[in-house]
Formats: sequence, C-alpha cells, structure tokens
Amino acid sequence: MMLDVLVFAQAGGQEAVDKFANATSSGIALGAIYALLALGLVLIYKATQVLNFAHGALAALGAFFAAYLATVLNFPGRYVTFLPTTVQWILSALVAVLITAVVGLVLERLAIRPMIGEPLFSVVMITIALDIVIRTVTDDLIGTNPRPLGDPWGADVINIGPAVIAKSEIATVVVTIIALVGLALFFRSRYGVAMRATAFDQEAAMAQGISAGRIFALAWAIGAGLAATAGIFSSLFPRSSIGVSNTTAFFAFRALPAIVIGGLDSITGAVVGGFIVGLAESYAGAYLTGATFSFLGLGFAGVMPYLVMLVVLLVRPYGLFGTEEIRRV
Amino acid sequence: MRTRPRLYVSYSSEMALLPTWTQKIAALVFLGFLVILPFGVIPGLGFLADNDWLKLLSRVAIFAIGALGLHILSGLAGQVSLGQAFFVGIGAYTAAVLGGEVGKSTWGLGLPMWIWLPAAGIVAALVGALIAPTAVRVRGIYLAIVTLGLVFFGEWIFRSTPFITGGAQAGRKFPSFQFRFWKEEVPFLDFTTDGSWFGIDVTSEAKTYFLLLVFVVIAVIIAKNIQRTRTGRAFMAIRDRDIAAEVMGVAEAKHKLIAFALSSGFAGLTGAILGAFVGRLVPEGFSLFMSIQFVAILLIGGIGTVSGALLGSAFVILLPRIVQDFTGFLASVAESGSGFFSWFAGIFVSTGLDDPGIVSTLPGTSPGLNIGQFNLFLYGLLLIGFLIFEPLGLYGIWIRVRNYWKSWPFTY
Repeated sequence: MMLDVLVFAQAGGQEAVDKFANATSSGIALGAIYALLALGLVLIYKATQVLNFAHGALAALGAFFAAYLATVLNFPGRYVTFLPTTVQWILSALVAVLITAVVGLVLERLAIRPMIGEPLFSVVMITIALDIVIRTVTDDLIGTNPRPLGDPWGADVINIGPAVIAKSEIATVVVTIIALVGLALFFRSRYGVAMRATAFDQEAAMAQGISAGRIFALAWAIGAGLAATAGIFSSLFPRSSIGVSNTTAFFAFRALPAIVIGGLDSITGAVVGGFIVGLAESYAGAYLTGATFSFLGLGFAGVMPYLVMLVVLLVRPYGLFGTEEIRRV
Repeated sequence: MRTRPRLYVSYSSEMALLPTWTQKIAALVFLGFLVILPFGVIPGLGFLADNDWLKLLSRVAIFAIGALGLHILSGLAGQVSLGQAFFVGIGAYTAAVLGGEVGKSTWGLGLPMWIWLPAAGIVAALVGALIAPTAVRVRGIYLAIVTLGLVFFGEWIFRSTPFITGGAQAGRKFPSFQFRFWKEEVPFLDFTTDGSWFGIDVTSEAKTYFLLLVFVVIAVIIAKNIQRTRTGRAFMAIRDRDIAAEVMGVAEAKHKLIAFALSSGFAGLTGAILGAFVGRLVPEGFSLFMSIQFVAILLIGGIGTVSGALLGSAFVILLPRIVQDFTGFLASVAESGSGFFSWFAGIFVSTGLDDPGIVSTLPGTSPGLNIGQFNLFLYGLLLIGFLIFEPLGLYGIWIRVRNYWKSWPFTY
C-alpha cells in the first residue's frame, strides 16, 4: 500500500510528494503521542488488568501542571535562570510529569486497589468515574480560557527534504524514543523484572516475595507519567494552537484503538498500534477531504482509528501482538 | 394459612412476577402513589406535582426504559456495553424521520405515533442485530472498547447527515406526543396541551408523565418477563460462565445477538420518546456521556435487577436537581444565618468573587466549581463510592435494610 501511494505521489509531481511527506511526518508525530498514551495504558493493563479510561484526564491534568509551572510559577526556572530557556521549560515539564505520576499513585491506592478481583464492568466503570472527577477538576483549574504551555518551540518549523516539520513534533518523536528506551531499560531492572513477573502470574510472583501492591502502584505512577508526557505534547503547536483546554482529555480516547490494534497486553503492540493510528488519521486528514470525499462528512479523520480497529479486530480478535485468551472449562 | 416468605411450594409460584403478597401490595401501593402524585394531594410531597418536578420524573421514566434495555444486555447477559447512546440516537432519528415534519433541509414523513414509536425500537434493534456478530467475536474489555467506538462512530454519522439530524449544534424538531390514527388535523389523544380527563384538569406535563408512566410499566413487565423465559435463563447462563453455558447447549452467539437486539430496541424506544419529550435534540447529545449515564444508572441502582435499574434512574436523574437545591439552601444559610452551621455552609459554598468554597453559586470565574461542574464531580465520586463500598448499589442497601427488619430483633 505504501508503494502504491508513493507511485501515486510521483505521478502527481512535486506537490503530491510534498503532501505525502507532510502527511507522513505529521502522522509519525501524531503516532508518537498515541504511542506514549498507549504505552501507559498497556503498562497499567499488563500490571493490574485495569484499562484506564481516566488516561485522557490524567494527560490533561499533566498538561495543565506543565502550563501552570512554566507560565505562572516559572518553577523550577526561576531558581536556575543561568540555564537556557529550553532547558528551563523541559525542567518544568519534567516536574509536571512527576506530579502527575504522584497523582496516579494516589489514585491507584484510593480507588483501584479496593477493586482488585471485582467484575470487569465495575473496574471499567471506576476508571470512567475517575475520569469524570479528574476532568471536572482539571477543567476548573484550567478555567474558561485555554492555557498555552509557554514552550520554547512555538510554531517554529524546519524543512527536512520535502517535509515541513514543526520543531515540537521532532521533540515529540525524540521524547517518545527516550521513553521507549527508558522502558526497555526499566524492564531489565529489578523492579521491571518484578513487574513482568507480576503481569505473567501474580500468585507466583507474590510467592517469590514480590509485593504486588507496590508493583501496581509503580505501574500507575509510570502510566500517569507517560499520560502527562503525551498530554503536554498534544497541547503543543501542530496539535493544538491554544494550549491545554477542556478538550485535551478527549484526545486519549483515540489511543484506545491503538492499544486494541496492537493487542492490550503487548508493549510492542502499543507502539506499533500508536503509529498505525497516527498515520491512518493523518493520511485520512490529508487525502480523504475535498469535494470528492464530501460524503464522508466532518471529522472523518477522528473516526478513522476506530475503523482501522474494527478491521483488525475482525481479522484478529486479540490485536496484532496480543496473546490469545485461552478459555478453559 | 400464609406460608413463610421465600418458601415456594410450586415452580410457577417461584417464577411469578410478584411471588409474595407483600410484594403484590407494595407494588400496587407504589403504583398508586405514582398515579396520584401529579395531583399534589400527597402530604409533604406536594412539590412533586410542580411542572418542573413532573418533567424531571418524566425524564426518570425515559432513562429507566433505556436502562432496562442495558439491564438485559449487561445485567442478564453480562456483556459490557458503552454503546447505548448510539442506539438511542438511531431510535431518535428513526422517529424524527418517520414522525417529524419536513423541515427546511430535514426529512420528515409526518406519520402518526403508532408507526414512529414502534419503528424506532425495531430499527434500533435491527441495527443492534447487525452489529452483534462483530461484538460477539470480542470479549470483555475489547467489547467495551468496540462499543465505545460505536458511540464515536455514531456521533460522526449523526454530524455528517444533516438531512436527518439537522446538523451539528443545530439539531432538528422531533414529533410530539400526539396520537393520531392517520394524518388527521385534530389528534385523537393530545399530550401536549392542557385539558381535562374524566372531569379532572390535567396539565400537559401531567399528561406526558402519565403516558411515560404507562411506557415504563410496560417496559418493566417486558424486562421482568424476559428474565423468566428460556431466553432469559440462557442470558444468565452466558453471564455466569459462557463456556459452561455452551457445554449445556446454550447457543452463545445466538443469544448474545438476541440480547444485543433487545437492548438496542429498548434504547431506540428511549431515543424516540426522549426526542418527543424534549422536542429538539442536537446530534452531540448522543455522546459517550449518555452511555456512561446508562451504565452509571445500572451500577448505582444495582446491576442485574429490574428494581435496581429503576432506583438508579431516579437517583442519577434527580441528583443534579437535589444538589442544586441543596447548594442554594446552603448559600442562603451562609449569607443570612450565624453560628456553627452557617460557618460550615460558608466553607462549602462560595457566594462572591473572593469567597473561597467548593461550590460557587455565581457563574463565571468565581473560585470553586460551578454547579454543573460540582454535579459532575459529585456524580463521579458517588460512582466510585458505590463501586467500592456498595457494589450491589441501592438495591443492595435495600436488601440489607430488609434483611435487618426481617429478623428483627435478632441480628440474623
């Protein structure tokens, strides 16, 4: 399919090449954000068997913290004025991610831990209820007007070959790669191995002296941190020109198809799914518009992830990389 | 001689809709209460006869029908669904096209109510049956996400078909509660104007309330009866252990499809009734939040029981109003009174720009959440609270209270 599009692009001349390159690059950047969200979701799901519907709310909360720290409090920038502004902003964002991670920790302790062993419907619903609560509070914190994040990149773009790429998009991809490498290293560490063991067989892990509760808390903290990272980048220039607003939280609902496509319990699947969804949405936005496709109506790019998900599910009901559920009598 | 409660001497008495005399009498008394309620003759509860309260109670009835549908799918068949809003939308727009008037840019056939109301249910049920084969392939959390996708899909479809839905943020007019045999000028029964029934003056709100009460009673009887049939038992077998059910010869896919179709049909009826009740709906209304509301109704009321669905709808729909009244009351206490209670109320509400508090009575930028936000906040907290502390919901609380008094003065 890629080849077809390339051939088609060449036939259309330089303009078509530019269009394709731009759609691809923004699709990759979008996919990186989805991959970050999906990583957090999959991590939490693997460790605790809970699908976190409050992920979007956590992302928006993280983005709000970043906006507040960077633009209102100037923390920790005001103590390290000798550093370049970019580094100051990155420090603010890091602090925001850490605070959100702590919020995730608290949520797990208060709301998720008592639900262990409850039926699936209740667990799904409790994260939805958390989403409502966090989103309401976040909306109130943000206020009536969207808050810009005060990032150093703004609307700057650079040209790489035929593609025009926003600097923040490059930052997104870089951060996603860092997060991926970090997670890969984490899974080789003491706690990472413990988490993998818990995900594989909780009882056996506990018999080895692993504290399942601590692993759950850790998974929620990392997941919330990843959500905040994704939230921050989804509030930057090409995604949102106005910063974090009361619609930021809904962005995460498009990452749900990503994890289903990849398979709910597969880290690789989350990343692959994220990029598939990002590219699909970007191509749909670039090519399925105009008079020819007016029958598709408004916002078709937004439902494209779900369409891809349905197709994948019809072929593979457990996603591309997910482990098939074995049903025993 | 009357027997002990819960001692059934025949299968038919155990399967009866209302097995004991107490239940029969209680149901009759409750129904009688609901019937005389709009006349404002019940001491202490006369305010319920106000038009805005009658409207709220009518809304409870509407949501109860949809919740009963979800009760069949989730409570009986055990299938997690976040897609109820999609089917509500399908039903609403079927009713709008069949029963609505032709608008400037919207379709409408102007058919009578006895066509558009059943059609809304049937079309939604057919759509449900069409989607079921996909939904049957996936299980558990995957199903939740697929049905969630359905809602987003529906929102997009409703936005993209302005000739049916009136387009985003504009919406369209829906048919009203007027019973005609065909397209005659004067309706045979008109629920939209004040009038008198058997010599008693009835407002249009009370008329609508009575109509919806009839609908809910029918829906409750259907839902209760489904539970008692072979199909209903098959649903429950699938819910409890799908593989065991299959081994016993329950056709899993077939029954899941039936459950989906039934549940969607109820949702479709809800949509048609909601459209007629509100008069004008925008396509954005059929959102994830509406789906969540149906699930919340079931979980707060107590999943798996018909009474739970009814209790839950009353709780979830009346909650915002109660919170609003209560906050208003606290604000008046905080402003006028003195002493500890007033001080406490003052902490809770914020009445001015520089008065800190959790809820603000002023719209805009005053500190604290506004009433709408506070309602949502409380709604979420209540859901969490119910799920953690009372997983059986309001019905579970009732069972505990009942069991306490049943054996009183002994503890068990």
